[in-house]
Formats: sequence, C-alpha cells, structure tokens
Amino acid sequence: MKAHVYEKGMLAVGLGVLVACAAALVYASVALGLHLPGRTAQIVPQDVYRVPPFNQTGVRQTGPNAYEVVMVAQAWAFVPGEVRVPVGSDVTFTATSVDIIHGLNVEGTRLNLMLIPGQVTRNSIRFNRPGEYLIICHEYCGIGHHHMFGKVVVEPVASASAGSSAVTTPGSLVR
Amino acid sequence: MREFTPTVLDPSGYDLPDEQRTILRWTIYIGYAALVAGVFHGLANALSYAGVNVIGYFPGLRTYYQGLTAHGVANVLIFTFSFANAFLPLMTARALARPLNHNLLIASFAALVLGNVLTLYAVVSNQASVLYTSYAPLQAHWTYYIGLALVVVSTWLALLCMVLTLRAWRRDNRDSRIPLLAYISVVSYLMWFLASLPLAVSFLGFMTPWSLGILPNIDPLLTRTLFWFSGHAIVYAWLLPAYVSWYALIPRQVGGELISDSYARITFILFLLLSIPTGFHHQYTDPGIPEHFKALHGVLTFGVFFPSLATAFSVMASLEIGGRRAGGRGLLGWIRKLPWGDPSVTAQLLAMLTFVLGGATGLINASFTMNQVIHNTTWVPGHFHMTVGSAVALTLMGVAYWLIPYLKKRELWGRRLAVASSWTYTIGLLIFARGMISGGLEGMPRRTFMAEASYSSPAWKLPGLLTGIGGSLMFAGVMMFFIVVGMTIIAGRRDMGPSDIPVSYTLTPPATTGWEPRLDRLGLWALAAVALILIAYGPFFATYTPNFVSPGFKGY
Repeated sequence: MKAHVYEKGMLAVGLGVLVACAAALVYASVALGLHLPGRTAQIVPQDVYRVPPFNQTGVRQTGPNAYEVVMVAQAWAFVPGEVRVPVGSDVTFTATSVDIIHGLNVEGTRLNLMLIPGQVTRNSIRFNRPGEYLIICHEYCGIGHHHMFGKVVVEPVASASAGSSAVTTPGSLVR
Repeated sequence: MREFTPTVLDPSGYDLPDEQRTILRWTIYIGYAALVAGVFHGLANALSYAGVNVIGYFPGLRTYYQGLTAHGVANVLIFTFSFANAFLPLMTARALARPLNHNLLIASFAALVLGNVLTLYAVVSNQASVLYTSYAPLQAHWTYYIGLALVVVSTWLALLCMVLTLRAWRRDNRDSRIPLLAYISVVSYLMWFLASLPLAVSFLGFMTPWSLGILPNIDPLLTRTLFWFSGHAIVYAWLLPAYVSWYALIPRQVGGELISDSYARITFILFLLLSIPTGFHHQYTDPGIPEHFKALHGVLTFGVFFPSLATAFSVMASLEIGGRRAGGRGLLGWIRKLPWGDPSVTAQLLAMLTFVLGGATGLINASFTMNQVIHNTTWVPGHFHMTVGSAVALTLMGVAYWLIPYLKKRELWGRRLAVASSWTYTIGLLIFARGMISGGLEGMPRRTFMAEASYSSPAWKLPGLLTGIGGSLMFAGVMMFFIVVGMTIIAGRRDMGPSDIPVSYTLTPPATTGWEPRLDRLGLWALAAVALILIAYGPFFATYTPNFVSPGFKGY
C-alpha cells in the first residue's frame, strides 16, 4: 500500500518539526537566558509584611544597572501600585500574595508571574523601551478582580524612585 | 460485506437491551442540556469583552464570575463527561456485541445525576463562583466539591462497566484481537481514570474537609499542582471520544476506510502514556516548581503532540479514500466530493479543520518562552475554543445528529438547519478566536469582567469587538443545534432513525502474530503509563515541602 509509505513520511516530518521546535526552546532558554520562575522560598502569607524583603516593598538598586522590585499582591491591589525603573536596566521582580492566588503580567512584555500564597515568585526582565506599562492581575481573585492593576513606569533617564519606599543603595537579594 | 476488516465483532448489527439504551440516552441528554445551558453564559462572557454588559438580564445570575463558573463547569465538565459516559460504553458494547453490566450502568447514571444536582445547587446559589479550575484558597461550598467528585466517580463506574464487558468477551475469545472500536473506547477512559486520581485526592482529601472546616488551612500550590496533574490529561479525556468518532466512525460516514488498525491502536496507547505527565506546562509561570521539572514536562508535551499529528494523517487518508470513491479527482478535488450535505459529517469536518489552528496554538502554549507572553491572557481561551470548543464540541454535536436518532429511534429533524448550525458555529468560532488570540498578544487578560474593568488598553478594542461578534454567532449555532435535537426528540418521524452505528472497516487487519497482539495487553500499558507519571511527577513530590497556610476566601 502506498498509504504506508506516506504514513512513515508524515510521521518522520512530524517528529522532525517537534524536535526542531524543542531545539529552538533549548536555544532560547540557554543562549538567550529566558528563564521561568523556579523554586525560590516559602512564606507564611499572614506574615508577609513583617518578613524581609516584603517588609520594605518597592524598588531597590542591587547593582550598577540592576534593580529589584519587591511587590505584594492582595485583594484587590498591588503594593506598591506603581514602580519606576530606568530604561535598559535588569529588573528582578520578587513578589507574593497575602491572601489568594493573583497574577502579575506586565502588558506587552514576557514578565508573567503567578503569585501564590505561601510561595515567593521571582523572575527578571529588561525593559528596553521607556513608557508606562500596565501591571494586570490576570488570575481570577474574586469579585474585585477586574479592578486590580498597577503600573510600571520605565523612565528614559537612570533615576529610579520607588512608589512607596525607595532604597537606592545596593542591597542584597533575598535567598 | 466488504473485503476489509470491520472495527467491530459483528458488522451485521447488535442492539443493546432497551433499558440500557434508555439509560445511555438520558445520560447523553444531560450532556447536551449542559452544553446548551452553558453557552448562555458563554454569550454573556463574550459580549463583556466587546464592552456590553448583559449580566443583569440573566435571571438568577448575580455576577460575571458566577456565569463564567457555570460556563466552564457546564461546557467542559458536565457536557463532555456525560457524553463520554454514554458514548464510550455504547461503542464498547456495540463492538463486542455484548450487553453492559446493568447495575454499574445505573450506578454511573445515579452518580452523574446526584453530582449534577449538588454542583448545580452550589453554582446557582452563588456559593461556588471559583471557576472550574477551583483554585484554593478561593473556597466553594462543600456541595460543589462533592458534586464534581461524584461526576468523576460516575466516569470510573462507566469505565468499570466497559472493562467488565471486555473481560467477559476476552474469556470467551482467548486468542482473538480486541475489536478496534472497543479497544480505543476503553483506552480513552483508562487514560482518564489514571489522570483523574490526583483531582480526586485534591477534592476529597483536601478541598472538601477544608470547605467543611475540618482542615483549617490548605496549601494552594499543592492543590493547584494536583489540579493540573489531572488537568492537562482532562483535555485529552474530552478529545479522545471525538477521536473515537474520527477513527472508527467517520471513515464509514464519508464512504472511506480506516487505513491501519495498528496505527490507530498505537496512537491511543501514546495518548495513554503521554497525556498525563505534562501538567507543569500549565504552571510555567508558577513559583515553587523548579525550572528543570517544567522543562521535562514541556518536552513531554511536545511528545503528546505527536499522536495528534498521526491522527491528522490517518483521518485525512480516510477522508481522501471516501472522496476519491465518490469521484473526486486531482490533488484536492476529493474534498468537494465529501458528503457536505450530511450534518453529522459536516460538523466533524469543520471540527477537524479548526482543530489544526487549535493544535498550532497549543504548541505555542507548550513552548515556555512564548508561554510567558500569553499565559492567562485571552490567547488561552482563544486556543482552547479551537480545541475543546471546536474539535470536541462540534464533533459531539455532529455525533448527536446520528446518535440521538439511533437511540431514540426517530429520524433527524431539520437536516439543513443542522448543516447551517455547524457553519454558523464555525464562522463564529474563527471570528471569536481571532479576537481572543490577537487580544491575548496585547495582554488582554482572560477571566476578567472587561466590560466593567478599571483599566483598559486601546489595543483591546478591536479584539474585544471580534470576540463579542464571534461569540454571538457561536451562541446562535448552538441554539440551532438545540432546535434540531429538541425537535428530533419530540417530532422526528418514528422508527426512522439509523438502525446501527456507522461501523468502519480497516484496510489492514489486526495481526494475530508478531509484536502487534501485545498492544492489547492494556494492563501492562497502564503500568507503563504509571511509570512515566512517577518519573515526571515523583521528583517534584519527593522534594516539595507542603505549606498548609491558607484559610478559605469567599470574596465573590
């Protein structure tokens, strides 16, 4: 039967496409350094505001061109609601939730995090274009979910100041 | 009688006892009723993205999120599993020409009905507006968790019912190969049985006692992980009954043949092996799960794409054989010769066509780099309305056009309306998905009451509008389906339905020597699936420290 020749050919092509896609993924994660959040730390949600780094939310400089944004999500707001970082810097978001599961998505970027009570989420990104970016809570979190948002302001000059509290001296990253 | 091998034991016909037919028919009715009930809320959700708020006009509906919960629960849990609970045992019994176990059939039906009543109570009384994913610490009334657990139990009883029939048949036919239709039906629910266990542990072991106050705090990451442990395989539990139709019934319906018996069996075994150890690709952006575990699940997700590619080839070949027999010529001329006037065929052809886009977008979801751009945006519902919302929903609607006349022994009412329903639904779906996909790329969030949101973006205006228009057409399509099915049940001409299911034949018979009979050793394949699950999930559970810290939250 001719069908069986086509069959083998089709399966080989399919396998080839999948392997090529997987190879592209490996390249993106290893060579371009596009990482996912991993296992960072656990926390007691009720204690979040008393424990470092969340006892001091906001932006802090961690290196010559590196910043950390410490952010807490709660029903139905981000704390702080607005953060400012200079364009072109490496920004690490460290975030968690004090009550239920929230999402943190910076519009138009690949910064996309789930904030789960009991867990600390962390990932890094570089903002290459100045402007205002919406932070959207993209996980359903109850009746006020659609009112929960924040803002990242990427400033054209290197003079970041935080929304709620600013620490401009280099600090250390949480474990 | 043709020269090819039938996918059932006795192609001349087999009728189930009348009481069993009746139970299966009512199980199917519950499913299609859930489909129709659920799309009302689907319409309201789609219109919300277009900036139109119609929630206030729904009697008994208090919030957008209550409607969204109802839409998800009714359309992807009740509809799909009610259908499979009836369809798969029916196919097994027909393939083996044996009745089903009567008590188990009744028990499965009773569990399904009771589960529905409890879930319905919780959702309608707005005590369970947690969306179908049920993420803790959003907490629902205990009837919601027990209700859905009972629906899962009903699927186990349906599987047991099929397995007993199969075992009885094998006792009498020691050296025979299992007829293909029975084989793929049993494997479909065998996969789901393995997949459903973590969900059952989560709902019965954690969610219910927590909801009742026996367990004060819950671990949100643990229950979320258990949900997705079942939750990717669940999409294959929805899809495989549709594949059963595409492999074993559609070839006959288009006048073609299934090309290879072994090919179909291997495809279903691959689904049994690979559907479950892939759940972390729904949790790429979650904390608490090491990156390399996510990468492993990503690779396995690419693996489970393979049997779907294989299906595309096999089904297309069957269609081509049918189209060429009907006089189709040239490279693509056979497509026009397919029976487009047959509502059952048209619905399923359109299901296959839209599923190509669903598969392609799914591969993007599985790629963890791109996943970070689209996770939890409207891209995701854009994607799954082209899988469960088309491949599954349209196929199940297409199957209804012969299955309900067959079970009810009445002729299909309104064939042209039925054909129009599928086209309306498909056109609507493509517009809807175009809206959701493009909105998602611009960051438009899913599961969000956009009509009343405190923020918006100019980039979401056109996508939102397309979502609303497309969703309205999809709703119209399902309403047309509802009229056709409803009228068939009450006004279809009596004793005019099809007298048998559409039994297909395969070009190559199942081999009785060599390696192929080993495909029928389902117990061993199930063990292999468990081994793969242990490799994919074992390291996570071995290294994870549970963190029971979250009390319930009912702010909905």
